[in-house]
Amino acid sequence: MGTNWAWFHRFGSPPHVYRLAGLLTPWFAWPAALSILAALYGGLVLAPPDYQQGEGFRIIYVHAPSAWLSVMIYAVMATAAGVGLIWRMKVAHAAAASCAGIGAWFTVVSLVTGMLWGKPMWGTYWVWDPRLTAQLVLLFLYLGYIGLRSGIDDLGRADRASAVLALVGVVNIPIIRYSVEWWNSIHQAPSVMKMAKPSMPMEMLVPLLLMFLGFTLYFAAVMLVRLRAEILRRERSASWIREALR
Amino acid sequence: MTVSKAASSWQAARIVLQREWLLAVRRPAQVLQPLAFFAVVTAMFPLGYTPELAKLRAIAPGVLWVGALLASLLALEHLFREDASDGTLEQYVLSGQSLTWLLLAKTIAHWLLTGLPLTLMAPWLGVVLGVPLTAATGVMGALALGTWTLSLLGSIGAGLTLGVRRGGVLLSLLTLPLAVPVLVFGARATELAITGDSPTGALYLLGSLAVLGLTLAPLAAAAAVRIGLE
Repeated sequence: MGTNWAWFHRFGSPPHVYRLAGLLTPWFAWPAALSILAALYGGLVLAPPDYQQGEGFRIIYVHAPSAWLSVMIYAVMATAAGVGLIWRMKVAHAAAASCAGIGAWFTVVSLVTGMLWGKPMWGTYWVWDPRLTAQLVLLFLYLGYIGLRSGIDDLGRADRASAVLALVGVVNIPIIRYSVEWWNSIHQAPSVMKMAKPSMPMEMLVPLLLMFLGFTLYFAAVMLVRLRAEILRRERSASWIREALR
Repeated sequence: MTVSKAASSWQAARIVLQREWLLAVRRPAQVLQPLAFFAVVTAMFPLGYTPELAKLRAIAPGVLWVGALLASLLALEHLFREDASDGTLEQYVLSGQSLTWLLLAKTIAHWLLTGLPLTLMAPWLGVVLGVPLTAATGVMGALALGTWTLSLLGSIGAGLTLGVRRGGVLLSLLTLPLAVPVLVFGARATELAITGDSPTGALYLLGSLAVLGLTLAPLAAAAAVRIGLE
């Protein structure tokens, strides 16, 4: 197996990952900026207003990609945590640590934009809609992860304990989502307005898809920057840092 | 000390259970406090909301469940803490027995000493919220399964917060979001029992959570305790 796995083992080396992340960042950041700008123009100017929701629907261009990222980042974080736990790879733990803050903020953004959308549509900022509720619980999961990480002083222990928590969370998230859907279906009729209509016209759909792409690329770019910062923080006494920062 | 042969897994589990039982008998406050807490929290609702039993009955499932949830969290704080500080957990790790198995025995003991008393107490607390005693079977069935899953989930949280300063608040922050499904299904089963309908469906869902917890949680708890003891 030796040589086949060399590329994988190189990811265990902080200097290698630090350099690689620096090289890759612009390749994610620029396409992210371009696609978000194009999607903003397409979504805010070119797309027609919705026949039911008027101009208010345009918040979907921020809301839906944030909601998607909030869940996807948790999956990325748990994957990195699992890799760190199984192969005892410090860089993977650093990657998981740099995901948590971004994921929590995207969860906040999706909640806030959902509430802003809810005010004109539902007449109130907060409705115990299953998706809003599930997002709220997801935010609590992120806060727990960040809290546990900051509660343990020893870095190695903080890494591994929070990794176990991330994996427990990843098993639980589908169950939580299902239970919240079930709870909602009992206590109120399903909401009439569904955001994701299959009949969405192309002028609306294309900017949305472009926004999904842009947000995902943006996450990749920010995560790489944060990963580099995290590696610097962890390796601050290592000799390669002086070389790298020269 | 001379030990002729290693204890079997069952013997080891029995020793753990006996020890927990003895500790509980010698320090009954640890068992009684969560029960008193449950009673006090429940009594706050009529005072803070309304003494009308009809209105209280409508919110009784939520009150009973949140009360039971908080009471068992209160007890979970002590699940591993004392045993970690006096070295008992380290002896478990060194004993050559499976840590997963020993912690499962410990969690079972914990449920017998907190979850089960909370379950037995719930119908009587329900009475002050206008819950008829005919609903007792459903309420107790739901709470028995729910507190069992909570003990298992909490064992992971308690293991993870070992060695964390002010770990109690963090333990709640970690465990409560994970307990959302238990709360949802449990409160629903209780509600159905109170209104006189059959809570079987919700109880099945609670039961499946209990089984899932039994299969996975001890593994995660053992991993957490190992990390916590480093």
